Amino acid sequence: MSQNSNLRFDLKVIASWIHPGSRVIGLGCGEGELLAYLKEHKQVKETGIEIVEEKVVKCIEKGLSVIQGDINEEVHDYPDDTFDYVILSQTLQQVYDPLALIRSMLRIGEKAIVSFPNFGHWHVRQQVLFTGHAPITPQLPYTWHGTPNIRILSIKDFRAFADEVGFSILKEVAINTDKQDKSGSIVKSLPNLRATYGIFLIGSK
Amino acid sequence: MSEYITHDAAGKSVGKVEKKFFTFAEPPNEMPLDSGARLGPITLAYETYGKLDPDKSNVVLVFHALTGDSHAAGYYSDDDDKPGWWDNMIGPGKGIDTDKYFMVCSNVLGGCMGSTGPSSLNPAKGRPYGMDFPFVTIADMVRAQKALMDHLGIKKILSMIGGSMGGMQELQWCVQYPEMVISAIPLATTMRHSALAIAFNEVARQAIVADPNWNQGDYYGKRQPDLGLSVARMIGHVTYLSDEALRRKFGRRLQDKDDLSYQFNVDFQVESYLRHQGAKFVERFDANSFLYITKAADYFDLTRFKNAGSAVKVFSMAGARFMVVSFTSDWLYPTYQSKEMVKAMKKSGLDVSFCEVEAEWGHDAFLLPNQRLTSLVRGFIDSVYEDVAK
Repeated sequence: MSQNSNLRFDLKVIASWIHPGSRVIGLGCGEGELLAYLKEHKQVKETGIEIVEEKVVKCIEKGLSVIQGDINEEVHDYPDDTFDYVILSQTLQQVYDPLALIRSMLRIGEKAIVSFPNFGHWHVRQQVLFTGHAPITPQLPYTWHGTPNIRILSIKDFRAFADEVGFSILKEVAINTDKQDKSGSIVKSLPNLRATYGIFLIGSK
Repeated sequence: MSEYITHDAAGKSVGKVEKKFFTFAEPPNEMPLDSGARLGPITLAYETYGKLDPDKSNVVLVFHALTGDSHAAGYYSDDDDKPGWWDNMIGPGKGIDTDKYFMVCSNVLGGCMGSTGPSSLNPAKGRPYGMDFPFVTIADMVRAQKALMDHLGIKKILSMIGGSMGGMQELQWCVQYPEMVISAIPLATTMRHSALAIAFNEVARQAIVADPNWNQGDYYGKRQPDLGLSVARMIGHVTYLSDEALRRKFGRRLQDKDDLSYQFNVDFQVESYLRHQGAKFVERFDANSFLYITKAADYFDLTRFKNAGSAVKVFSMAGARFMVVSFTSDWLYPTYQSKEMVKAMKKSGLDVSFCEVEAEWGHDAFLLPNQRLTSLVRGFIDSVYEDVAK
């Protein structure tokens, strides 16, 4: 894994999976931290989709190719297998139709990388169990009425989802991060209980 | 279109610039036009800013819109009261940095700011062309610009930028001379005019031809169709702004009075503004040029180039890296038209960026100082330049 210190830990994990010189699209790419890293260190041919104008401007200032738009619509315009990797970082939990999006991702790319906050983490379970309130954690910092997270899933749920709808998990890493998500470690045992994020590399069956 | 530009408060400017002229297509080697006619000799007025690299790798072409000219930046003389029309974007350290890039901006074929157009002398008849001037298209304008590039010895264009009809010329360049264009920034533009855009142009043209002074285009040296042309400009100005821009700028405020006059004079500020814009315009623009150029814009349909038949097919002839920018309040070339373009570029495998800039000033937003637009343009051109250097 690269030693670049500024990149968020989960993004470092994703970056380590990308082959140099690949064609990569980041869905919901934010200010383009990961894409800029990949462009510089892995010489990828990058594209991003981002809905917020201000963030799009930040990406383009970094020299990235980015399209302002809704990821659920923008994916439809790309021909089959346009990309080697389609990345959906920490956005799956906010997608209205996750299955449709994942199918589109695997249509336009050979492989997809999906990461999401793990709702099975013991902090979450503990809060629900002992306080009886909807959980608020560093990874899930929102009140029930202000959260953009409309899909509540755990690492176990995602594995079951893969089986159920028929895509394959090629690689899987569970990570535990600090409160700022800057540093972290890979969780080997009891990931669904101990990991704050799950990161999956998936492909069509 | 230059009514917005003012001196740069920070005093940054490319400084003194000079309008130059290039004449080509001397008979019998006239330039063939889309209409089948031939035209020559042709003169293009143009200006350059910045320094051309020894390997000519830093060329940025700037295209003006309907009624613009070659004077995009800087000053002709010390006592000019205004710089060129895009001085807020072009200059040292600005969005398009004249310390780094070499810019060329020419007046379009059919224009009246130094390039050959209907007000130019028709050598065959010894008087201005008037309605004898052949129809010109956006592709013809581009063909003439290509001749200028050949004359300047420029083979590769690092980037091109222009708004509105300037963007149409860019799009045309990208499919007509794809091997020459490395990147392009179409701003507030479209692949083809909507019925709405044609409709406004037609009303503007009718205002001119209904002016008795127009006289079938034969008015040179006589009374000019000033009334018609100023009404045409007034219509244009409404389409360049927006509901919100007009509301903020004028609302229903009255001009120099406390109450309605119950006369057909100016009551509202917006009326006064439009009349002022119309009156100013006739001092600098030729009515026949207005007719020819608006028709060229209406005829433009990128998807018909080489009978492509679709946007995806036509863009598969291009190879440039694109950054498309639209503006939220532009109702002349609304965002959906830019998105249509971006969709087709994606489908044909082009490298494209797109941003819809939040701006309240309508279509004219691309001419106004806007930090986001400046950041986008600088970021994009710089990254293309770096990629080429690699």
